Amino acid sequence: MILNKLCAGCRPTRPKLLSNPVKSVTRENEISSRSLHFTFVPDKKSQKAGETQRLNMFQAINDGLKLALARDPTAVIFGEDVAFGGVFRCTMGLKDQFGADRVFNTPLCEQGIAGFGIGLANQGVTAIAEMQFADYIFPAFDQLVNEAAKMRYRSGGQFNCGKLTVRSPCGAVGHGGLYHSQSPEAYFAHTPGLKIVVPRGPIQAKGLLLSCIEDPDPCIIFEPKALYRGAVDDVPTGEFRTPIGKAEVLREGTSVTLVGWGSQVHVLLETADIVEKKLNASCEVVDLVSILPWDTEAVCKSVKKTGRLVIAHEAPLTNGFGGEIAATVQEECFLHLEAPIQRVTGWDTPFPYIFEPFYLPDKWRCFDAIKRILKY
Amino acid sequence: MAAQTYFKFFNSVAFRNFTRSLSNTIKEPKFMGINTRFTDILKFVNSESYESIPVYRLLSSPKCQVSHTEAKIDNDLLLKMYESMVRIRTMDKILYESQRQGRISFYMTNMGEEAIQIGSAAGLKLEDIIYAQYREAGVLLWRGYKYSQFINQCYGNHEDPGKGKQMPVHYGSKELNFVTISSPLTTQLPQAVGAAYAIKRAKKDACVVCYFGEGAASEGDAHAAFNFAATLDCPIIFLCRNNGYAISTPSLEQCRGDGIAARGPAYGINTIRVDGNDVIAMHHVTRVARDFCIKEGKPVLIEAMSYRLGHHSTSDDSTTYRAKGEIDDWTKESPIVKLRQYLENLQLWDDERNKELEASVRQEFLREFEEAEKKLKLNWREAFTDVYQDMPHHIKKQMISMERHLKEYQEHYPLKEFQAS
Repeated sequence: MILNKLCAGCRPTRPKLLSNPVKSVTRENEISSRSLHFTFVPDKKSQKAGETQRLNMFQAINDGLKLALARDPTAVIFGEDVAFGGVFRCTMGLKDQFGADRVFNTPLCEQGIAGFGIGLANQGVTAIAEMQFADYIFPAFDQLVNEAAKMRYRSGGQFNCGKLTVRSPCGAVGHGGLYHSQSPEAYFAHTPGLKIVVPRGPIQAKGLLLSCIEDPDPCIIFEPKALYRGAVDDVPTGEFRTPIGKAEVLREGTSVTLVGWGSQVHVLLETADIVEKKLNASCEVVDLVSILPWDTEAVCKSVKKTGRLVIAHEAPLTNGFGGEIAATVQEECFLHLEAPIQRVTGWDTPFPYIFEPFYLPDKWRCFDAIKRILKY
Repeated sequence: MAAQTYFKFFNSVAFRNFTRSLSNTIKEPKFMGINTRFTDILKFVNSESYESIPVYRLLSSPKCQVSHTEAKIDNDLLLKMYESMVRIRTMDKILYESQRQGRISFYMTNMGEEAIQIGSAAGLKLEDIIYAQYREAGVLLWRGYKYSQFINQCYGNHEDPGKGKQMPVHYGSKELNFVTISSPLTTQLPQAVGAAYAIKRAKKDACVVCYFGEGAASEGDAHAAFNFAATLDCPIIFLCRNNGYAISTPSLEQCRGDGIAARGPAYGINTIRVDGNDVIAMHHVTRVARDFCIKEGKPVLIEAMSYRLGHHSTSDDSTTYRAKGEIDDWTKESPIVKLRQYLENLQLWDDERNKELEASVRQEFLREFEEAEKKLKLNWREAFTDVYQDMPHHIKKQMISMERHLKEYQEHYPLKEFQAS
């Protein structure tokens, strides 16, 4: 299940990054040849938190994991190939720093990884499990949906696995084909008991990771793999938390609300620029951040203001999480809606290889949807 | 050939050239992770290549003459184990009947497997963590779970620690280190391995014991668990109850190897097969396994051979797929019968004491049963709690919406059976 070449698919990181302590970045960035369907927009708010360092997303995750292991002696990290640093480099150097009993490889078996993590968490151990690709999380579906999600409920609160965090790379990467591109958040969003988050960049990746690790419920963090190397932020060096369940309004606007998560947020930000330029309309861009529980309040508040909503996600349309948002918004904001809610998503097909440019809900498809509902 | 000639040959250039030419072919294999030799004999390895793993037993049937000194078991413990087996049997009879009368919705008996449960439980310590499947009520009983607690769970009344959220027999007890049972088979196995890793890291003088049936061993999670336990060196006892059937499926349709035990060595796990109808053997094997896995920090697999005397559950009529004669034969071999014969031989037990025990257990149980039946269930709002540690906004909203609904339509709901807010 390792497809290391995927790591090379991202845009080259900025020259400044070359001075970063994680040395391997340099070499692998040289292989980068293909460009992605979005341009990463660094987080402007990062300065608020004092001292920062420029990190790409895998480095920010690595930094978060390091802090988690340092502060909590029970914490362990495990999964396929995490000991040497991980196929996306997120666990680099951690085994050497914290020991082979705390950062270790498991046999190649996702249901085992999830079940093992639940057992650790039952004992109060902070268990940070990695699924190498979200596409391969399905063998663990039973453990996550029937077990992790329901353990507290079914035992009347006697037992729980709240200390379990599952990390998994997700989303399009330019050339991942069917099994290195999927965005399975909607499958899990139908599962009471789980928390699901998707970061849009290095700052949120670190902040959400630390929140998930500390959260008293089992969490899944889907990390858009396209951002691992391409996305660079000024990431606060210390500990900080990005709250679970809270959306973030990244750009205020008046004509239409755009909701997305993960790398799709950057598509929407770029689309908002185009809309402004070509249609002279302003978009309010909301990063949902948290899929379950999701911030209905923030989204509805925005829609009540703009009267229009476009939801965009890479995953297929039918039963995608956009459907849930649309249904809720029409119920809560019925009198404020001035046009039908639009969903711009992946098609209801498997994720194709050579046809990726035609599959993704890119800025032009998003732009077109906005243009149409502005005229509605 | 004279010794002189030998000497000359081994020192000759011809011999040295000969060995050099062979050096590329006769050296030992160096494949990673496999320690073996080369062979030029084409031979498949199969069930004829080795002897089936024998069944360890100490009580012989029908007349038990074996001394139990090997098991270092004293008479008081022996009697306590017998009593516990009778207690679990009595509880099963009453709860089974109560389901037939529609008083509880579902039940699963432990009949025929009491020795596996009681023998193993007696070989453990309370700090050992139990992950069970569902046919292990005896383990809980041995640990001190009271009749009332079993019945409260089956009724789902307000004293059920599980808050009435799961079906009957899905017991769990934090204080007795018995992780709450769930219906999906085998999911508890990799979890138990994780728990074992945790207690090893915490340097606790304890192990994890994970029970499962031979049917459950066919699930992928069993493979995951065996392999993780071995490669990650976890102090866990996998205890397989091989009772011949998974609902209607006989074990021959479940696997074609030498049962479940034969898989142990393939994973690098210390393995033993034991007579699950022999409580002394079960006790002894579990105790030794416990010592081993704590001391070595490694897993053990125990396959306990037995027979499921009862139906799979109250939703199953096992006479539709197995002969009555088969059940009768195994009834004679049942663990309670075997231990009783042994106790009688030692003059530790007789008919009268047996009658007394059964009557007192029955009386006590029925009293608890009536008590539990009268108890209300928890307030309906509890259906919304414990999904997460703290109730998120959207669930709170749904609870309020149900509240509003009940205000208007309460006569259509069984509110009288539930505690008021």
